[in-house]
Amino acid sequence: MHAVVNYIQSYLDSNQTPGAAGNFFWATIYILLVFGGLSIAVIAMNWLERKILAHMQVRLGPMRVGPHGLLQPIADALKLLLKEDIIPAEADKTVFWVAPFIVVLAAFTVFVVVPFGPTHAITDMNIGILFMLGVSSLSVLGIVTAGWASNSHYPLIGALRSSAQMVSYEVAMGLAVVSVILMTSLNEASTGTLSMIGIVEAQQAQQQWFVFKFFPLGLIGFFIFAVAMVAETNRAPFDLPEAESELTAGFHTEYSGFRWSLFFLAEYSAMIAVSSIAVTLWLGGWLRPFPNALQGPTWDLVFSLIPGLTFLFLAGMTFYSTVRMPKHPLFRVQTIGLAGFGALLGVIGLILFIPGVRVRVQDIFWFSAKVAAFMYLYIWYRGTFPRYRFDQLMKVGWKVLLPTGLALLILTALVAMRSELLADVRGVWHP
Amino acid sequence: MTEPRSLSPLDLETPEQTFLDANELVINMGPQHPATHGVLRVILRLDGEKVMGLECVIGYLHRGVEKIAENRTYTMFNPYVDRMDYVAAVSNALGYCEAVEKLLSVEAPPRAQYIRVILTELNRMASHQLWLGTHALDIGAITPLFYTFRDREEILKIFEKYCGARLTTHAFRIGGLQYEAYEGFEKDVKNFVSFVKPKIDEYEELLTTNRIWLERTKGVGVISGKDCIALGVTGPVLRASGVQWDLRKAQPYANYKNFDFDIPTGQNGDTYDRYIVRMMEMRQSLRIIEQAVEGIPEGPIMAKVPKVMKPPVGEVYHSIEAPKGELGYFIVSDGSTQPYRIRVRPPSFVNLQALELMCRGQLVADVIAVIGTLDIVLGEVDR
Amino acid sequence: MIAKLKSSYGSGIEPLTHLGQNYMVVDRSLIPEILQVLRDQEQFDYCVDITAVHYPKREKQFDVVWVLYSFARNQRIRVKTQIADGDSIASSVPLWATANWLEREVYDMFGIKFDGHPDLKRILLPDGWKGFPLRKDYGILQQDNEWVQINLGIESGQ
Repeated sequence: MHAVVNYIQSYLDSNQTPGAAGNFFWATIYILLVFGGLSIAVIAMNWLERKILAHMQVRLGPMRVGPHGLLQPIADALKLLLKEDIIPAEADKTVFWVAPFIVVLAAFTVFVVVPFGPTHAITDMNIGILFMLGVSSLSVLGIVTAGWASNSHYPLIGALRSSAQMVSYEVAMGLAVVSVILMTSLNEASTGTLSMIGIVEAQQAQQQWFVFKFFPLGLIGFFIFAVAMVAETNRAPFDLPEAESELTAGFHTEYSGFRWSLFFLAEYSAMIAVSSIAVTLWLGGWLRPFPNALQGPTWDLVFSLIPGLTFLFLAGMTFYSTVRMPKHPLFRVQTIGLAGFGALLGVIGLILFIPGVRVRVQDIFWFSAKVAAFMYLYIWYRGTFPRYRFDQLMKVGWKVLLPTGLALLILTALVAMRSELLADVRGVWHP
Repeated sequence: MTEPRSLSPLDLETPEQTFLDANELVINMGPQHPATHGVLRVILRLDGEKVMGLECVIGYLHRGVEKIAENRTYTMFNPYVDRMDYVAAVSNALGYCEAVEKLLSVEAPPRAQYIRVILTELNRMASHQLWLGTHALDIGAITPLFYTFRDREEILKIFEKYCGARLTTHAFRIGGLQYEAYEGFEKDVKNFVSFVKPKIDEYEELLTTNRIWLERTKGVGVISGKDCIALGVTGPVLRASGVQWDLRKAQPYANYKNFDFDIPTGQNGDTYDRYIVRMMEMRQSLRIIEQAVEGIPEGPIMAKVPKVMKPPVGEVYHSIEAPKGELGYFIVSDGSTQPYRIRVRPPSFVNLQALELMCRGQLVADVIAVIGTLDIVLGEVDR
Repeated sequence: MIAKLKSSYGSGIEPLTHLGQNYMVVDRSLIPEILQVLRDQEQFDYCVDITAVHYPKREKQFDVVWVLYSFARNQRIRVKTQIADGDSIASSVPLWATANWLEREVYDMFGIKFDGHPDLKRILLPDGWKGFPLRKDYGILQQDNEWVQINLGIESGQ
């Protein structure tokens, strides 16, 4: 027993990620944690998307399964698992079978290098960002094979659209990423890094999120990435591969039940994945807001209390709606359920106040909060924008984002060179 | 007058060959498809995403309304017309009742006329709102649908209070109205007008200046005024192409000549202009409703019509400006209680013919936009 | 206008008015010419509707009706002609593109053939349909029974 505690303790005090430290046991635990966390995030996202979209559209959204429809995603997941799994007679069965797994694998493998905190990542690769872009672009293979294997017209057109779209936007995306990597090299040793953790640490060292670096260059790069990532994940207004009104459901028209839910899972985890790239590269990853302006132990304490307070606030909201539930015997179970949910949130909030937990969890909290902001943006886009047409989509990709990205890269390089020269003259490395 | 363009049909004799030896793809859109507004089937010939040609296959909702009419009395047929353009049932009924009244040489009393105008214009509003919601949904904006349906609900509530039905209202009778306006009808209508005016601004806020909406609708599905006339296209589609023609002004029926309203027109004849024209039409409808509700006279609501209607031998063609275009009834009477022949000139059916001209050379996504902008109702196309 | 047409075509045209609506009964042979003149010289540029009426007891069983409208004059006119069963009539698709589907519907419902129509086939009914439903002698009961017998294998659905 003591040995186990010691073992955990030794890990908690380590300053390396389990992968980098070569600790397979902890790496496995982390993989399971990330996998479980992602699945919960996707389920939560499902509920949130439906609720937020519904409230944007003057309706209530799911209200029946559980209080405020909280159990709706679980009911849906059950339904999808129990549904008949249809493989069209004319489909290429093997490829049809494999395609969703390619997509899901690509979407999940990306999370190997996502840093939720300085030590909270499965591993830290020195080519982290390259690995992420490379693996996430593999998902297009799954989509193309899915469309092709269905042996049907709509999926085929959807797959073609999807491949063209993802390839086009990857270029602009890559250029924006390279401009960030240039920024990481602004230190005394003039060494840039491709490591995800390294990029965040560079932002910490330079005391500036890269989104504000070389204003407005960082902002432009961030903007390019933010547009390209929506296109990469096939979300509105770039959801042409699955444009419902044109191609019924695009590349997954012929999929049903569990296989369809894999595409769903992949889509949402891909959204989370690209959002975490954006957060890591431009928004300081796990760093709390104003790490340099509001320094000192007092501010550290204040910011470390925010996670717990957020959960307590959510718990408060839940209790408020519990009180507002209709006082009718039919709603008794729902009211109790909602109160229980509120209590759970409250307990989590209180746990987050424990000093030991507080310090270790705040990185994950800030990272997730930033990603969550992106998730909200995704939903907001979907509620607001009509869909682009295919040629317009290509025009935006090739004629707007790509030249802007190139210009941005050149400008960033020039400005970076200038500040490096200045630093050499002054002998001070400070922005 | 230009020579009408030839609308040559597709050569679909050997679709397999076409598919194999050329870069063309024959795709079957519908009859079950989320964006064909019912059971329209469009056979598209695609080169990549470009539409090389298309053919509409219709009739999946054919119920033989014209044959039914020959086996019913004039009164019995009245509810059937509601089932054609089921989102603008009141307009259909107005056209039919007026046509039979003309055949009988009677006229509905003024009070009935006013209430008819109010209900018909409310229905035009409802039809346009439904169009806007579904059209925006086709183009990918999902939110306007819920806004328009929320507001359309208020119109349907007025209908329900007036005659008990929401959609297929059967609101009018030959010779006037069956029901007196209920207590508080005028107040309800006035409340609705003041309620919906800011809502139209709300729709426009969502779409009119939205960049993506502009890109998706400007220059899409262009049709010139001349082509419109050659193809018999009427209604907002014709007006958006710059022809200022509205039957309410050109050949006023009911008592539209008593009201002051404008005919909005566009210039480019593209999807965006049609959108703008319909938005402006909603405002004009509100104007008419406001005037009509102020001026409802007292008096009877039913003219003197015989219990058993036997119109004299003869025939009549009467048409009205339905939300979709010119809705005409050609009725032949042989002096008996049943119409000898009723021909309905459905605006959706004729307008749909322009689809090929408007879509050729455009992309698949535009076909959806054009089907939406033509504002067809398959119940009326197929009858 | 009517007088002018009457003077140039004589007995082939019979202009009439009923309930304030103008129409003219035209001899079948004159139809293409009259329609052409109406469109080009009299500015009836909008073909509202083409339809037919069946009078089974008459020798010439069908009335074919064109409803025309002129934007310039803001006038409507109906052109009617009588044709016998099996006779065909010139298509007006070259004059008004809208006639395409309208003529197809008339063919579908009455079996009247239009010469020179680019693609005369059924439009609302399926291609394999038997008979022309809007003819007065079309037996709905018989059609129902036939369908019931073939598809349900019972004697009568009525």
